[in-house]
Amino acid sequence: MIKLEKRPQPSRLWTYLAPLLAVVLTMIVGGILFSILGANPVEAIRTIFWDPLFNPQFAGYSRPQLLVKAGPLILIAIGLSIGFRAGIWNIGAEGQYIMGAICGAAAGLALYPSESVLIFPLMIVAGALGGWAWAMIPAVLKTRFGTNEILVSLMLVYVAENILASVSSGLLRNPDGMGFPGSRNFKQWEAGHNAELIANTGMHWGVVFAFIAVIGAYVMLTRHITGFHIRLTGEAPKAARFAGVNPARIVFLCLGLAGALAGLAGLFEVSGPAGQITIDFNSGYGFTAIIVAFLGRLHPVGILLAGLLMALTYIGGELAQLMLGVPGASIQLFQGMLLFFLLGVDVFTNYRIRIGTREVA
Amino acid sequence: MKRRTLLASVALAASLGTAAFAQDDPTKACFVYVGPIGDGGWTYQHHQGALAVKEAYGDKVEIAYQESVPEGADAERVLTQMALSGCDIIFTTSFGYMDATNAVAAKFPDIKFEHATGYKREHPNVSTYNARFYEGRAVVGHIAGKMTKTNKIGYIASFPIPEVIMGINSYFHHAKMANPDVELVVTWAYTWFDPAKEADAARAMLDQGVDVITAHTDSTAPLAEIAKENGNAWGFGQASDMAAFTTNDDGTPGPRITSIIDEWSPYYVKRVGALMDGTYEQVDSWAGMPEGEVVIGPMNDAIPEDVKAEAQAMIDAITSGEYHPFTGPINKQDGSAWLAEGETADDGTLLGMDFYIEGITGEIPQ
Repeated sequence: MIKLEKRPQPSRLWTYLAPLLAVVLTMIVGGILFSILGANPVEAIRTIFWDPLFNPQFAGYSRPQLLVKAGPLILIAIGLSIGFRAGIWNIGAEGQYIMGAICGAAAGLALYPSESVLIFPLMIVAGALGGWAWAMIPAVLKTRFGTNEILVSLMLVYVAENILASVSSGLLRNPDGMGFPGSRNFKQWEAGHNAELIANTGMHWGVVFAFIAVIGAYVMLTRHITGFHIRLTGEAPKAARFAGVNPARIVFLCLGLAGALAGLAGLFEVSGPAGQITIDFNSGYGFTAIIVAFLGRLHPVGILLAGLLMALTYIGGELAQLMLGVPGASIQLFQGMLLFFLLGVDVFTNYRIRIGTREVA
Repeated sequence: MKRRTLLASVALAASLGTAAFAQDDPTKACFVYVGPIGDGGWTYQHHQGALAVKEAYGDKVEIAYQESVPEGADAERVLTQMALSGCDIIFTTSFGYMDATNAVAAKFPDIKFEHATGYKREHPNVSTYNARFYEGRAVVGHIAGKMTKTNKIGYIASFPIPEVIMGINSYFHHAKMANPDVELVVTWAYTWFDPAKEADAARAMLDQGVDVITAHTDSTAPLAEIAKENGNAWGFGQASDMAAFTTNDDGTPGPRITSIIDEWSPYYVKRVGALMDGTYEQVDSWAGMPEGEVVIGPMNDAIPEDVKAEAQAMIDAITSGEYHPFTGPINKQDGSAWLAEGETADDGTLLGMDFYIEGITGEIPQ
């Protein structure tokens, strides 16, 4: 007989092993999936995990793109992970990302065509504030009226999407765009462009901020009393209250931080890689970041690695579609498997398997 | 300065890449799709066009595509990777790819880029193409005006852009000429492809007594919703024929009475062919029924014979160039004159259309 037995302490070994095992399992099952679809499984897995980094035809371009794709994921996931640690479930980072992009872009475009060097810093501040303000809605409702932040933040994503549609075809529409929706393109406006800092590296300000966020979150969670309060609130809410932690303050802090970081991610994306506010500007970073946060064990360094891994599966997945003709949905399935297996394997962190009946002493 | 060196190095890599490929390899035509190829509508039709290219040229061409590519930052990366993978011509099949198409085209001057429904041709290797969908809207508008019993017809609009406004005006104008009592209900879905939202939009209109609905979104969900009315409401296939909705499972006539089909095959075959025989030139193509790019699908028996005949006559007149769907007299919504008796709309006005015609209630959202 096989039995699951709760471990007295979560296993340290499995905490680190689980993500690796999940990746291996995803490769195996994904390989089976690809072979059913008629692609060579080894080639498919190699295209996804190896080619973006080392294929001579693509790597020169793909490698820097990893940073471009991972930057916003890491930035958002860091913010989310802090809330998740405290048991505050902000599912609406996508909405905060959109609002950050809109506010940041609007602040910049209001001053078009100025070439002042202050424009980009202003946009950064406005972007962070936009995301922060959007996250304050669930925070205020939760602390005031006890609403559930999961539902409120998630529903606000759809509100933000409609605001995005409205501003792209109204308020922020490019006056020279012949009536078509979409704002001016920041790539054609030096002062508002989040350009690569060093050519051909993919490093733009968003990636820099992502690295700063990783370090900042690490320091806060391990060295600072606020980080301790956050963890305490998540792990033992009652103890936290006895220790004098103000739960409302933690809610505001966690949601506000997550919102501001998501807003920053949106601003850096709209002024850099995306270039403009359009109706379909958001492409799910806010939701994917939830996977990244958990894949990275809610640990800043883990999130950094998980973000890069996720970016790799995106870019590799695109190459696999292009070179091997596998359907787009199979790539999404492949990415979904990664989280599925992680959650599955995670059982072993808290439980161990015991084979055979145990004698009762 | 920094950016210029980047461009130079990428362009160099690209020209080396294509030079190595160009010798005797087949011509590689690549397609970027905004939805899944199984959407049964917009993307499905573009993919049919891609398959037609393969069909037409066999081993001389190679086809590659990527589905569900988000419009925005991802599009630029996907396009660059396609260019690096040796594509000779790249078709970007959604409006939102416009800036990405032009940006990547700048880095790869030897590769041809074809952008659907856009207007920016910033580089000599970028062409644009579109179809005169309003010609199809005219025909289904006429049928809608004749078929409605409640005198309320509906339009599921995606976004307030000239393309959609043009469709609404053409649909209503011809419905009104067929039936002066007709009223139009427009619902904005703010999406191109979201079956749930599209179904909700259809349901909302049906509940208001609308009994003929056309959609400017890509999925079959509105037809599935209309089917629940058991023959008391009708709809049209959009972008694709959606023939599956012609007959219900129990053999009764289904909700789809005809369809507007986007037929991209002639254009794709022509352009890839031109690239292969060296006659390729930059174009701004806006073709319609005469070129076979806009096709009205088979008409269901639910449409009375005389209405079928009228619709067919309109198709013939548009195809021969005898009739322009926007022929005056037509006034704007506020009552001011737009087209005088016998005057036809010019392409510039149509492509920037931002007003409703007289008789439509409601406002275009801003």
